[in-house]
Amino acid sequence: MNISLRRPEASRDAPASLAIVDCDIHPAYRTPADLHPFLPARWREHMATFGEHLRQGLSGQLAWPRMMAAGMRVDAFPDEGPPGSDLALMRAQHLDVNGVEYGMLMQLSRGGMEERNLDFAAALSRAVNDWQLETWVKPEPRLRAGIVVPQEDAAFAVSEIERRADDPAFAQILISPRASDPLGHRRYWPIYEAAQRCRRPIALHVQGFSGGHASTGSGWPTYYMQEHYATTTGMQNTVTSLVFEGVFERFPDLKVVLIEGGFAWVPALCWRMDKHWERLRKEVPQLTRPPSDYVRAQCWFTTQPIEEPDDPAQLAEVIDWIGWDRLMFSTDYPHWDFDDPRQVFKFKLTEEQKRKVFRDNAKALYRLP
Amino acid sequence: MSRQVVAKASEVEPCAVKVVTVRGREIGIFNVRGEYFALANRCPHAGGPLCRGRIVALVQSEGPGHYALARHNEFLRCPWHGWEFDIRTGQSWCDPKSTRARQFRVTVEPGAALVKGPYVAETFAVSVEEDYLVIDLAAAATPPAA
Repeated sequence: MNISLRRPEASRDAPASLAIVDCDIHPAYRTPADLHPFLPARWREHMATFGEHLRQGLSGQLAWPRMMAAGMRVDAFPDEGPPGSDLALMRAQHLDVNGVEYGMLMQLSRGGMEERNLDFAAALSRAVNDWQLETWVKPEPRLRAGIVVPQEDAAFAVSEIERRADDPAFAQILISPRASDPLGHRRYWPIYEAAQRCRRPIALHVQGFSGGHASTGSGWPTYYMQEHYATTTGMQNTVTSLVFEGVFERFPDLKVVLIEGGFAWVPALCWRMDKHWERLRKEVPQLTRPPSDYVRAQCWFTTQPIEEPDDPAQLAEVIDWIGWDRLMFSTDYPHWDFDDPRQVFKFKLTEEQKRKVFRDNAKALYRLP
Repeated sequence: MSRQVVAKASEVEPCAVKVVTVRGREIGIFNVRGEYFALANRCPHAGGPLCRGRIVALVQSEGPGHYALARHNEFLRCPWHGWEFDIRTGQSWCDPKSTRARQFRVTVEPGAALVKGPYVAETFAVSVEEDYLVIDLAAAATPPAA
């Protein structure tokens, strides 16, 4: 068919025969009652009586009105329930046609990460982890759950991580990058210690709900488009906190995945951190190496929503710097800014680069068979 | 034979789309106030199912604080990334010079003419009483932008 794509060379990079790992798939509840079978009666009653207490106004509503249907791909609505709630549609529309060998579930809502009532948060966390197992991973072995824990209750988080540690259905640990404090703070260290011990990466997905702080350093944005940019600066804040507080130094086997926060900023941030470290090292003597060393060794990045420079070769240079073994493909299905594996790269990848980004990096990181 | 009968004209309602498959190609047929246009169901940006998107107006602004809707139901917004295309021309609003959805010429023909031929109606019988939409796979509806 003679259709000219925006950058025609892109279509040649289709990983047509390559099985892929998608590092960002969002499952959804058909209704909040889907969690009921996994919640103790005490918390079902609490939920029905009081509802949830998210750390933002307008609970039950997205913080920003989205330009697409509630932030979803318009073609991803099943007959019943919201996008992401129907496994059959997910298979037909994504897993099967895009050759997904493994899909990493990112369950962001009602997992306790943003719930202020910590006892309720713990119950939600345990419930959402059971729900992922029963509703998704058991019926669809291509999918892998994340251990969702409330980062503000490190003691419970550690117990929940240990509870799931022997189950290969759980590939990583999800906490919010918009926590009450920057994530390098020591209150969160028990979670990193448990992650290192249980050999699970910490997954940080840009999060719609904030820990009470504005999403930019200068206050709340006006437009969703601004909020979308704020996710990249928020990720930079998180990385600098983890580096300078000494988290990576203290937990050298800890692995952190930064999801949906972009990656073109990584080289510039590292250059700046290294420059300042050379001059101000005395303030942070806990760092024994240049900051960029920690980032290169312990941080992984996902592709979506990929940066699209006018000259696609510039993106290849950025990845050369970050390392082709640190970037992992993701789609964000079923969200509106989904990246298609056949179209995502607008330049030609080598076979080795393709294998790494679309599959091998994730399989190694998550120890997938 | 590059021309093919694809639908009764009455099946494509104003401000609506009907997606048909012609020789393996999905094509959306649009009715813009009685005029018919046909676009490939494939977004030139990233391959999304373009014709499953919403039919919208163009939001315009003379400056901060002012906005106006224009050209109601003449634009198509891709269901994936929200790229907007002019249904009449297939041109992208943000990148009109180099991004264009594939367009086909579509004409309305009376059934009486079609029954005589030479057009192909593979999937249904043509009756003389109605008007039909005929797509020409070989012809772009409008010349490419200069």
